[in-house]
Amino acid sequence: MSLPLTPSQTVGPFLAIGLPWPDGPFVVPEGTPGAITITGRVLDGAGEPVPDALVETWQAAPDGSFAHPDDPRGPGPAWRPGATAGTGPGAGAAGDLGASVGGGLEAGGFRGFGRCPTGRDGRYRIVTQRPGPLPWPGGGAEAPHLDVSVFARGLLDRVVTRIYFPDEHAANAADPVLAAITPDDRRATLLAVAEPGAGPAAFRFDIRLQGGRETVFFDV
Amino acid sequence: MTTDVPAPPGELILPPYRRPAGVHPPLDSPGYRSSLLRAPKRPPVLLRQGLTEVTGPLLGAERVTAADADLTARGGGEPIGERIILTGRVLDSGGRPVPDTLIEIWQANAAGRYSGGLDDHDAPLDPNFGGAGRCMTDSEGRYRFITIKPGAYPWKNHRNAWRPAHVHFSLFGRAFAQRLVTQMYFPGDPLFAQDPIYNSVLDPRARERMIARFDLGITQPEWALGYQWDIVLRGREATAFEPEEERR
Repeated sequence: MSLPLTPSQTVGPFLAIGLPWPDGPFVVPEGTPGAITITGRVLDGAGEPVPDALVETWQAAPDGSFAHPDDPRGPGPAWRPGATAGTGPGAGAAGDLGASVGGGLEAGGFRGFGRCPTGRDGRYRIVTQRPGPLPWPGGGAEAPHLDVSVFARGLLDRVVTRIYFPDEHAANAADPVLAAITPDDRRATLLAVAEPGAGPAAFRFDIRLQGGRETVFFDV
Repeated sequence: MTTDVPAPPGELILPPYRRPAGVHPPLDSPGYRSSLLRAPKRPPVLLRQGLTEVTGPLLGAERVTAADADLTARGGGEPIGERIILTGRVLDSGGRPVPDTLIEIWQANAAGRYSGGLDDHDAPLDPNFGGAGRCMTDSEGRYRFITIKPGAYPWKNHRNAWRPAHVHFSLFGRAFAQRLVTQMYFPGDPLFAQDPIYNSVLDPRARERMIARFDLGITQPEWALGYQWDIVLRGREATAFEPEEERR
């Protein structure tokens, strides 16, 4: 049996009505030991900020595990409720929908998923922990990374990229996905950079939809 | 086609999700003006699916209350408009239901205006209609929303441009590879022919799969019109090897 797929359509200019969650940016609660922030801007082909995009992230826990039945290795301890200390972000304004909606940190665990609409300056911010490395089908290992989806008016389908970490030199050099991307300046679009003057836990990752430094996007 | 060689013991085996081909709109769709400065110009890099792509957020039922699926019950009174029931199933391309997955929807009101202060269309707001809803699919992949039929609205893409009435849908499925955001349309809309977003899907049969079906069986007497719309997400290969492309 093979059913034909439902096509994608743009998220449009009014995603703010339906998609942001009060705690969306918090993969772990702010203040969690080992938490990092990833901030950046989404920019269009003219270098202008994209103020109506949604950035979503999905990643492994720090121990390289996923709380997912299709991970044949099983869930790791990081995903258990209460595994991360720190204070939750609070329910915040519930907006149009029920107060419990869009939670996921109620249990105090690692959610793996982050979601942040961009602001007027095109900026997003995700609070998370560094993911662990992952075994690769067929051998080898993937360097720590986050998968990223970007949705926006003007994008008829999401675009997908990855965030890697600039200080994972050995792991990045052995990563099969990074290795396939040439030349080096294209590969560099997938590396976060240390946020200047913001300490070791703050990273910056800009997403350029077009232009000379267009971010590498993936066909998943 | 790769021959079926058994994996060595301990090797990670991850059957991938089939790649869509000829279904989704090309990002570079010049008739849709907003795409001009936003659609990437370089071809995407083929990514072999690993653990991050075949897993995804399984956001639990405890996040959504039953009331979130009724968009007509969020204000102090009844919203203006034609009350409708939107229901259907979420399936994968293998025909398997996708149970317990979050669906988020948002839409304009009956006059064709979005709430939230961003929409400057000169049409009335409805204090009793916010236009956002969510639900989880049940064990058979079924969902059901109660809402009002959204109105068409003008936009500035080209002279006298109007969007056909539509409801935005966001779906997670169970894997990063299955994530889908789309729009559901209503049958017989005269605005289809001039809409570059609807027509960005190049295959006419694929376009029709975005149109709900009016269903008198779902329609509730003296109360609401019923529409049925199934959503099909990418399905998974049975083996770990790179699949044939999904044709249609």
